[in-house]
Amino acid sequence: MKHTLSVLVENRFGVLARVAGLFARRGYNIETLAVAPTEDATISRMTIVVAGDDADLEQITKQLNKLVDVIKINDYTDVAVVERELALIKITAEPGVRGEIMQIADVFRASVVDVGERSFVLEVTGKVDKIDALTRLLEPYGIREVVRTGKIVLTRGLQPA
Amino acid sequence: MSKMTGAQILIDCLLREGVEVVFGYPGGAVLPLYDALYDAPVRHVLARHEQGAAHMADGYARATGKVGVCIGTSGPGATNLVTGIANAHMDSIPIVALTGQVPTFGIGKDSFQEADIFGITLPIVKHNYLAKDGRDLPRVIHEAFHIASTGRPGPVAVDLPRDVTALPVEYEPVTGPVEIRSYRPTTQGHPLQIARGAQLIAASSRPILYVGGGAIHAGCHQEVRQLAEKLGIPVTTTIMGKGAFPETHPLSVGMLGMHGTAYANHAVHHCDLLIAIGARFDDRVTGKIETFAPEAKIIHIDIDPAEIGKAKAPDVPIVGDAGNVLRALLGRVEAKGHPEWLHQVRRWKEEFPLQYREDGHLKPQYVIQQIREVTGGRAVVATDVGQHQMWAAQFYLCDRPRQFLTSGGLGTMGFGLPCAIGAQFGRPGETVVAIVGDGGLQMTVQELMVAVAHRLPVKICLLNNAYLGMVRQWQQMFWDNRLSSVDMQAQPDFVKLAEAYGAVGRVVEGPREVRPALEWAMTISDGPCLLDFRVAREENVFPMIPSMGSIDQMLVD
Repeated sequence: MKHTLSVLVENRFGVLARVAGLFARRGYNIETLAVAPTEDATISRMTIVVAGDDADLEQITKQLNKLVDVIKINDYTDVAVVERELALIKITAEPGVRGEIMQIADVFRASVVDVGERSFVLEVTGKVDKIDALTRLLEPYGIREVVRTGKIVLTRGLQPA
Repeated sequence: MSKMTGAQILIDCLLREGVEVVFGYPGGAVLPLYDALYDAPVRHVLARHEQGAAHMADGYARATGKVGVCIGTSGPGATNLVTGIANAHMDSIPIVALTGQVPTFGIGKDSFQEADIFGITLPIVKHNYLAKDGRDLPRVIHEAFHIASTGRPGPVAVDLPRDVTALPVEYEPVTGPVEIRSYRPTTQGHPLQIARGAQLIAASSRPILYVGGGAIHAGCHQEVRQLAEKLGIPVTTTIMGKGAFPETHPLSVGMLGMHGTAYANHAVHHCDLLIAIGARFDDRVTGKIETFAPEAKIIHIDIDPAEIGKAKAPDVPIVGDAGNVLRALLGRVEAKGHPEWLHQVRRWKEEFPLQYREDGHLKPQYVIQQIREVTGGRAVVATDVGQHQMWAAQFYLCDRPRQFLTSGGLGTMGFGLPCAIGAQFGRPGETVVAIVGDGGLQMTVQELMVAVAHRLPVKICLLNNAYLGMVRQWQQMFWDNRLSSVDMQAQPDFVKLAEAYGAVGRVVEGPREVRPALEWAMTISDGPCLLDFRVAREENVFPMIPSMGSIDQMLVD
């Protein structure tokens, strides 16, 4: 099962290496990872998606907590959250199919952010499933490159972080 | 505020932490530090290899409970410390490793003697720092000692670029309690879990205490004894827990695990309640985890929450300092006895005693027994790694904590001699014995020079079988006796080697020579001596439960 961990860490030199190294040496795969500073510039938030059963997650969480630079860990798997990912998708867009592609993009509220002679770059934001669905629909046109940010989440309302 | 160089600040910080002795080896990137050490009131012990310095700091920490400090220069100096740091990490030993680094402007440019020791040590430290500004040093050093010595102890490495130690900056000492928002070890056990633990204890009829190195770190040997005696519970210790409960006590069943006593393993196998105190269910203790203590409920007391459930899920987890938890638990349990259970344990002791065949040859087990008798069981014993280590664990019964110093987790050959040296620095008035094998001794024998230079009366008891004995034993038992690269008959004359370093030594060839040789060794007080015991070459360590095995696979000879 996939879990989404939101990890608050000291915004310091080496902290990403500490966290990534911990996953690697304990044998857990990071599926996605997004890191950036929070509203407090001394703290960064890492949103980590990792697969594992409950025992794995308990051990990962405990090991992460042992890192001196880790301040707090929340498992947002079964919590009411706003979940988003952003993707840029470069596809082949021959003149004859541009209209179709733009219609699909509209349905997904994706926007065309670059137009080349034979290509589009689409920007889409949403839940991971939505991006997966759009990517699938665009596949027949010829996807050249995709870059995704990895999932980020924030709790809904004013529940304590 | 005054201006001082980073190195001078560092020395002042070390003094404020109460550091009396550091173990190290100089080099280019630590020249500023060594210049500051030149007239500082800190004793510097010049090791002959940085690995030796790290093990000395480790041995000092094990013997005293204080934080050990070692120093290496950048690049190879730092990488030579790595084995020692990893060793301390696996056994939760508080050391601070200071490494030189190329100047900040040279970092990442493959400068001369540059190694990314911050990155290299990440997986083997409790925490590490790269100090990029001299003004950070007071905080960094204060935190380093705090982190190393609190919670579950462990090594902290501090990388010191040469310009950071060389340049003068404003110095404002950092003292008092350390506040790190992301580091707050839990020291008090949860009252609810303690109450549940007390209920399990009250309901049990065949309880056993399984005591590990955490009890030594917590200094809770008295509480362990009180609990055992109040409830009439037998006690087994891991190799790291030796001395946390007196092994001569009638309730002691000695060490458990792969080479533990048969009666300890039988007792654990049949207990209905296993009370783990600062122990981590290591594979060398449990063998096949599914068949370890199969009938038991488990109470697991540990200061490190990550150890709870890592190998085996307990019924009652109690996170906290073992001393605090045991004191709380003692207040909640009624005195009782388990006469039938203790009777059964006594029967196992009689039926399966620790033993070896006395056949006129010089047996290593006999040598250990004699070392114990001659030292009155009160020596500080440092061991290396291998067969001799297991025999020492089995036959040198320890009644005090911080008496048996051994590389339990990492199993580092070469640890014994430098560990003994560090221990002797920490406990100068006491008898320190290094029990080593001929393989491990040759890995760090150069540190003998340190013992001679500082006139340390370390007794080096070499159990010399001219084999890498433990590997030979496994090859004999599990690899069809194909003895691959374990014959060490091409070896130096160890007595002459000792003499070359300015020490004294003797060869001991027969059982009758053992006692006089040891008594002679005890008279030597102005430097180390080496006894080269030429023990039976093909003696094996028993009992033995094969790797990842169960008690029904236990081999007794």
